[in-house]
Amino acid sequence: MRIKTDTTAMTLTRRAFGAGLASGAGFLAFALPVRALTVDQARQLVDKLIADINATINSGKSEQAMFGDFEQIFVTYADVATIARSALGPASKQASAGQMAAFTKAYQGYISRKYGRRFREFIGGKIEVTDARPYKSYYEVISTATLQGEAPFDLRWWVGDKSGRNLFFNIIIEGVNMLASERTEIGAILDKNGGDIDKLVAALNMT
Amino acid sequence: MTIYLRPLSLSWQKSPMLAALVALSLSACGPAIVPQGIDDPFEKQNRATHELNLKLDTYVVRPLANRATRILPEPVVQGVSNFAGNLDLPGMVVNDLLQAKVGPALQNTLRFAVNSTIGIGGVLDPASQMGAAAKDTDFGETLSVWGLAEGAYLELPFYGPSTQRDAVGTAVDLVFDPTRLFIPKNKRWVSTLAQVAARIGDRGRYSETVDSILYDSADGYAQARLLYLENRRHNLGQTTADSEFEDPYAH
Repeated sequence: MRIKTDTTAMTLTRRAFGAGLASGAGFLAFALPVRALTVDQARQLVDKLIADINATINSGKSEQAMFGDFEQIFVTYADVATIARSALGPASKQASAGQMAAFTKAYQGYISRKYGRRFREFIGGKIEVTDARPYKSYYEVISTATLQGEAPFDLRWWVGDKSGRNLFFNIIIEGVNMLASERTEIGAILDKNGGDIDKLVAALNMT
Repeated sequence: MTIYLRPLSLSWQKSPMLAALVALSLSACGPAIVPQGIDDPFEKQNRATHELNLKLDTYVVRPLANRATRILPEPVVQGVSNFAGNLDLPGMVVNDLLQAKVGPALQNTLRFAVNSTIGIGGVLDPASQMGAAAKDTDFGETLSVWGLAEGAYLELPFYGPSTQRDAVGTAVDLVFDPTRLFIPKNKRWVSTLAQVAARIGDRGRYSETVDSILYDSADGYAQARLLYLENRRHNLGQTTADSEFEDPYAH
């Protein structure tokens, strides 16, 4: 991975040198933001996220307090707006700005409680980042989760910076895509509420 | 495939299993088509089967599983699971060979030899500690390697999520299990009982996960279908997530 970074840097330097100082500086200024997020940064993001989750799990707080912590972690490390819009699917195109804001807020609490309940199963277990690589237009951070008495399983985090910040926007557990699963679930709740987004928001807030 | 199946649409509509067999007999060998999305033309029938499976789980399997895992010590439940898993190995070796995968065939053979002897008939799993973890496979995967497409989604009674290809695979694995050659005819019930007990044990051990899919989801059928298809494709090395979930920023 480091070799790759060095090569990029060298190419940049050589081109900058060839093109003259002024244009070289211009080229650098233009080129750097394109790959603002590096594979190491993507990896660090997931490492920090896992550390925060572990700290919450081992904090000995009440479940309710943990849900609050998980929501804070989710907001800090995940592109909540993008995940929420993807979960809502085609209905997000018909929703008003106010509805989208209310839905995103409700969804953020809902997902924190839902996954928060599941993360409690991680007590005594561990997640280790094993690799990170560029993937499509973002990065895939690969980790192995080992829960007590179970065979280790594959957990992947998709990290990008298209929101303007370095954030994860999808988790793949043994091939199962969180965004796809979320869209199925939110779609089903929306159907149960006759396609009414306001009722969907109320339903999410009640979970 | 679709073109050939059209004239048979009557029987195809009525019996997914028959359709699976027709699909199997009509299929030509070639590279497997990479599956994408969800193909569920039997959804109505599948949902009815799901309701049946759900009742079976609610009233029989779930209470039994939760009680068993509460009463029995964890090593006992693990031992039953190991024992049943060991009996699956000869069948896996045959499938590895049918897929021309020599490495996994050797690993599973070694595993069977070690666990059947040092592991006391497969109750213990010393092979995993020695670095020979199970390389799971089945006849459904063999069919996939041979170029058969996964076909439509099916939920099988008692068994749960599957596809037309995997349903045929499951049936073949069940009928042509080579482990039967090692076991005297009057002792085969032990193997059947172990398989059922292991499944109940798994239901108990993964209770929270299974409950969250079956009972806490707004549409447990759709969730189970998605999880099965994505996980199955991942295990067969066909990782093609839906393009719209590949990049949620592109729109």
